[in-house]
Amino acid sequence: MKSLAELAAIREKMQSKVVIREGAASTRVVVGMATCGIAAGARPVLNTFVDEVNKQALTDKVTVTQTGCIGICQYEPVVEVFEEGKEKVTYVKLDAAKAAEIVEKHLKGGQVVTEYTIGAYKNA
Amino acid sequence: MKELSLNILDIAKNSVVAGASLIRISLDTDEDGWLVLQIRDNGCGMNEETLRSVTDPFYTTRTTRKVGLGLPLLKLAAEQTGGTLQITSSQHGEAKGTTVKATFDTKSIDCMPIGDIISTVCILVAGSPEIDFDFSDRSPEHSVTLRTAELREILGDSISLAEPEIQNWMKEYLQEQYAG
Repeated sequence: MKSLAELAAIREKMQSKVVIREGAASTRVVVGMATCGIAAGARPVLNTFVDEVNKQALTDKVTVTQTGCIGICQYEPVVEVFEEGKEKVTYVKLDAAKAAEIVEKHLKGGQVVTEYTIGAYKNA
Repeated sequence: MKELSLNILDIAKNSVVAGASLIRISLDTDEDGWLVLQIRDNGCGMNEETLRSVTDPFYTTRTTRKVGLGLPLLKLAAEQTGGTLQITSSQHGEAKGTTVKATFDTKSIDCMPIGDIISTVCILVAGSPEIDFDFSDRSPEHSVTLRTAELREILGDSISLAEPEIQNWMKEYLQEQYAG
């Protein structure tokens, strides 16, 4: 059974890491989580980003956060990726599978998945 | 919205925007299958005019994005089962804050499933790790609680509840409680 005591053990393990992690993350993944995003399926997208970033051991480099309505409700679920020194990338109409692909190719591999970006949708 | 847990995620975010330091989410299901959902916060509250308009789909405080379609959708979800939605709010004194109370007949064919409530709770905490969340889900089958103030007491100030390790622990902690 998970207990609160177990949490104390996790704390001990983490305390040394926390100092290093603070401020070190250079990439921000922001998931739109307003009514429009949630209704369109943003929750599994957010969960996938969090889980995959964890699994691929990218947590030192990437933080995943939530925001409200980005203003392009018709393209939800929308995710913005901010990387230091680069232009913002806006991904649209995502689902869990596409999110996993973005973690693998973009966040890990450094290659923007162009076909899921807002530019690709607008030009289609 | 296809799950009540998605409505809960959406509505609880209003409390975050209202500047709440404590958000209490409770689900109580009785033996007859009636579910009472309450989302209570100690945020800034609403004035009477706003309170009257929040379930109007065409009302929105676009500048602060406090409300929009969220509450109308919750109202619809409750009423289509024969249930109700009540919102009370106060801007002053001891009772400052807002309470959203919805009832659902879970036996109704039009009642949406609760869905992935664990995911909703974890996302809320991860999105606002500085806010205290009290979550409880009680029914004849299970009794599940999570109080983030308790976790914070153990973790201290230096470890955020949004940390992946803590999120994992929370998820499993809730999963085990639901498994009984």
